[in-house]
Amino acid sequence: MTADMTMRDVFFEECEDLIAALTEGLTAMRDGSTDSETVNAVFRAVHSVKGAAGAFALDDLVGFAHTFETVLDHVRSQRLALDDRILHVLQRSGDILADLIETAREELPTNSAQVDPVLADLQSFLGDAPAEAEDFTFEALTLAFDGPADAGSTYVVDFTPNAAFYTSGNDPVLIIAALQSLGTTRVTVDLSRLPTGLDALHWQDGLLSWQLEIEGLGSDLPILEVFEFVDDLCALQVKLLDEDTAVPDIATATAPDSPVEQDGMDAAAGMAGDMSDQKARNAADKGSTRAASSLRVNPERIDRLINAVGELIINQSVISQRLQHANLPNTAELFADLDDYKLLAREIQEGVMAIRAQPVKPLFQRMLRIAREAADATGKVVELITEGEATEVDKTVIERLADPLTHMIRNAIDHGIEAPDLRTAAGKNRQGRLRLAARQRSGSIVIEIADDGAGLNRPRIREIAVSKGLVAEDAQLSETEIDHLLFAPGFSTAKEVTNLSGRGVGMDVVKTAITALGGRVAISSQFGQGTTFSITLPLTLAVMDGMIINLGGQTMVVPISSIVETIRPKDADLSQIGLNNTLLRIRGEYVPIIDLAERMGQVATLRDMTDRVLLLIQTDSVPQCALAVDDIFDQRQVVVKSMQGNYGEISGISGATILGDGKIALIIDPEAVAQGNSVYAVTNSQNGRDVSYVAAC
Amino acid sequence: MTKRILAIDDSRTIRSLLTQTLQKAGFEVSTAVDGVDGIEKFQHEDADLVITDVNMPNKDGFGVIADIRGGTRNRTVPVLVLTTESGAALKERARQAGATGWIVKPFDDEALVAVIRRLTGAA
Repeated sequence: MTADMTMRDVFFEECEDLIAALTEGLTAMRDGSTDSETVNAVFRAVHSVKGAAGAFALDDLVGFAHTFETVLDHVRSQRLALDDRILHVLQRSGDILADLIETAREELPTNSAQVDPVLADLQSFLGDAPAEAEDFTFEALTLAFDGPADAGSTYVVDFTPNAAFYTSGNDPVLIIAALQSLGTTRVTVDLSRLPTGLDALHWQDGLLSWQLEIEGLGSDLPILEVFEFVDDLCALQVKLLDEDTAVPDIATATAPDSPVEQDGMDAAAGMAGDMSDQKARNAADKGSTRAASSLRVNPERIDRLINAVGELIINQSVISQRLQHANLPNTAELFADLDDYKLLAREIQEGVMAIRAQPVKPLFQRMLRIAREAADATGKVVELITEGEATEVDKTVIERLADPLTHMIRNAIDHGIEAPDLRTAAGKNRQGRLRLAARQRSGSIVIEIADDGAGLNRPRIREIAVSKGLVAEDAQLSETEIDHLLFAPGFSTAKEVTNLSGRGVGMDVVKTAITALGGRVAISSQFGQGTTFSITLPLTLAVMDGMIINLGGQTMVVPISSIVETIRPKDADLSQIGLNNTLLRIRGEYVPIIDLAERMGQVATLRDMTDRVLLLIQTDSVPQCALAVDDIFDQRQVVVKSMQGNYGEISGISGATILGDGKIALIIDPEAVAQGNSVYAVTNSQNGRDVSYVAAC
Repeated sequence: MTKRILAIDDSRTIRSLLTQTLQKAGFEVSTAVDGVDGIEKFQHEDADLVITDVNMPNKDGFGVIADIRGGTRNRTVPVLVLTTESGAALKERARQAGATGWIVKPFDDEALVAVIRRLTGAA
C-alpha cells in the first residue's frame, strides 16, 4: 500500500512533466508549428498519461486521455486537418487533462460539467471516422476459477510448436515447466520427425511434439493460460482424458535408439523428462512461494484483527486478575506462563499495528503542492522543508491527518509568513520557510509545522476572543492560554477568513480532528520569529500503556506517555497558596497540584496530600503539573474505546477501557485536565455536559 | 539464478512500477528510456527477457523487437510488448515483429509476474 502511494507520487510528478511537455507542444502547434515531431510529442505526452493512469484505475482520466489521444492520432496521421477550431479544442483538452490529473491527485470527483463539453468537442472530430472496433479476442487469459466442476480431472495436451514459435523468443521447456507446475504431469516427446543426421537439423524447424497428461485440474483454463501467447504458433489440442484414449508412452515407443537423443542434443525433451517428478512434488508449495513477495489485504480484515487483538489484551487482563484472586503462591509456574502470554500478546499487537504503519512521505509530498498553491494564491515566497518522511504512522492517522495538515499549512502561509516586502523590511529572507517534520518520540509521533513568520499576535487574539465572548474581558490569561484560543470553537469567523485558508472552518476543526485521533496540538510562538504547531499522536490507536489508579474508589486510567514520574510527597515538599491551591516543590521548581478527584467532580477527599500519590505530568501545551490521585494499582496495556459516539466530548476524559474484572474505567486526558481551570472551562461549558455525572456512572 | 529483465518505457511511472513489481518478485531489473537507449543496453547486458513499450520517442517498440530479432546477440530472448491498445491489428503487428507476448496496460502485477516467470523459467 505504501508502495502504491509512492508510485502515485511518481505518477503525479511525471504528469507534471508530461503536462508541461503537452502545453509546450500545443503552444507550438498554435503558433503554427506543424512538423510531425511536435505533434508526436504532444501525442506521446497524452498517451503516457493514459498508460500510467490506467495503473491507478483513474478511469475518468484514462477515458478522456483516450479520446484526446485518438484525435491527436488523427491529426498526426493527417486524417484531420489542423484548423483554428481543432487547435482551440486541443488547447482546452490540455487544460482539462491537467484538471483531471489534479482532481485525481486530490481524490476528488470528476467535474463532469467541465469535462463533458470538451469531451463532446473532441468526439465531434471523430464522428465520421469509423470507431475502432475494440477487439477482445486476445485478452490475457487471467481467468478465475469459479467453482471447479471436478477438481480431479486429467487433461491431455498435444503440443507441436511451429517455426515462428522458436523465432519469437519462446522455449518449449518453459511451456512444459509451466504445465508441470499445474499438477502431476507425465510428459512424452515425439521424436519421430527428427532427421537422422545433425546436418539436417535446424533449431527453428520445430520438429518435436509433446504430449502431456496433467492430473488434478478443475478445468482446462490454467492450461490455456500457459499457451496465452503461443496458441497461434503451435498445433495445440487440449482434451479431457477418457480411459479408452489412454496415451501410449511415445517416448519409449518411438525411436528409442535415436542417435540425437543419445548425443544429448534433445535437451528440451530430456530436461522436461527429468524435471517431471520433482516439479510435480514441488507443485503444491510453489503456489505459496509465488505470492510471498507482497500481499494485498482488504483493510477490513486488518481492522478485524486489531479488534481481536484488543479483545486478546482484555482477555489477558481478565486472566491475570483471576490469578491474583486465586491466591496461588507467587512461585507458581502459571505466573511465568502468564508473563509469556503477555509478551506474546504485545508482540502480536505490535505486529498487527506494523501492518498498518506507513511512512508519512506521501502525505508530506502532498503538502508540498498545497504549500506551492497557497504561496501562489497569497503572493508569498515560501519554501517547504520536510523532515522525517520515513517516520511510520498508522494508516488511519495518515488519512485523517491530511485535512488538518492542509489547513495548518495554508494557515501558516496565509497568516504566519509575511509578504516578501514585509519580510525584507523586517530584515528577514524574502523567502519564507515552512518546516514540516515528523519524528517518533517515546511512544508518540510528533509532527511539527514551523514557520518563520511574524509569530502570533497575542493582543489581537485576545481582543478577538473577548469580542466573540470566548473569554471574559478581565480574564487573566497566560501566553499559552491565549495561543490556545486559536483552537476555540467560534474563534475563526468570516471576517478573518481569507479566500485561501478559510473555508468556513477554523482551527477548532483541526483540533477536533487531532483529538479524535487521540492526539493533541501545542503551539509555541515568538513574536516576529515564527510559530510552531506540534501535533502529538499516539503510535497506535487502539492500545496504550496506562497507569491504573484509584480515585475516590473509582478505577481510572492515566496514559503513561504523559507521566514523567510518580511522587509520594512529603510535607516539606508542599506549599499552600491561597485557600485551595497547593504547590509541589520538585528539584527547585514549584509545580501546581491538581486534585484530580475534585476536577472530576467528586466530593473532596479528606485524605491528606502526603497520603496520596502525585503523577507529574508533562505535555507540550501546558507547563508541568502534578495530578493528585489516591493510589496506583497497576501499569498495563489497555484497549482504548472511544466514548464520543455515546457521550459526546467530555472534558478531561479521552475514552474508556474495559478492565480485567469486566468493569469499565475512564481514561483521563491529562492535558485537558491541566488546562481545565482556564479558558477551556468556558468552551467546555458549551457542551452542557457535567463531568461529575459521567464520572459517577 | 536471478533473471535479468530489461524494461524499456518512456514513462517514468511505468518504469518505476515495472522495476518495483519485478524486483519484489525477485528479478534483476534494468531500465531504458526509449528504443535507442533500450537497444544500446540490450547490446551490453544479458537480458533474460525484454519488456518494451510501443509508443516511444526515437525508436518505437516494434523497432526494438526488429533490432533484437534481426541482430546476432541474444536474438531469441523473449520480448513482451507493453501496450494500452488491445486491437487485433496491434497483436498482428507485435506478432509480425517477433514479439513473444504482450501485456495490456494497466497490467495486473501478479499476472505480469506470472507471465514473466513463465517466459523466463524463473522459479
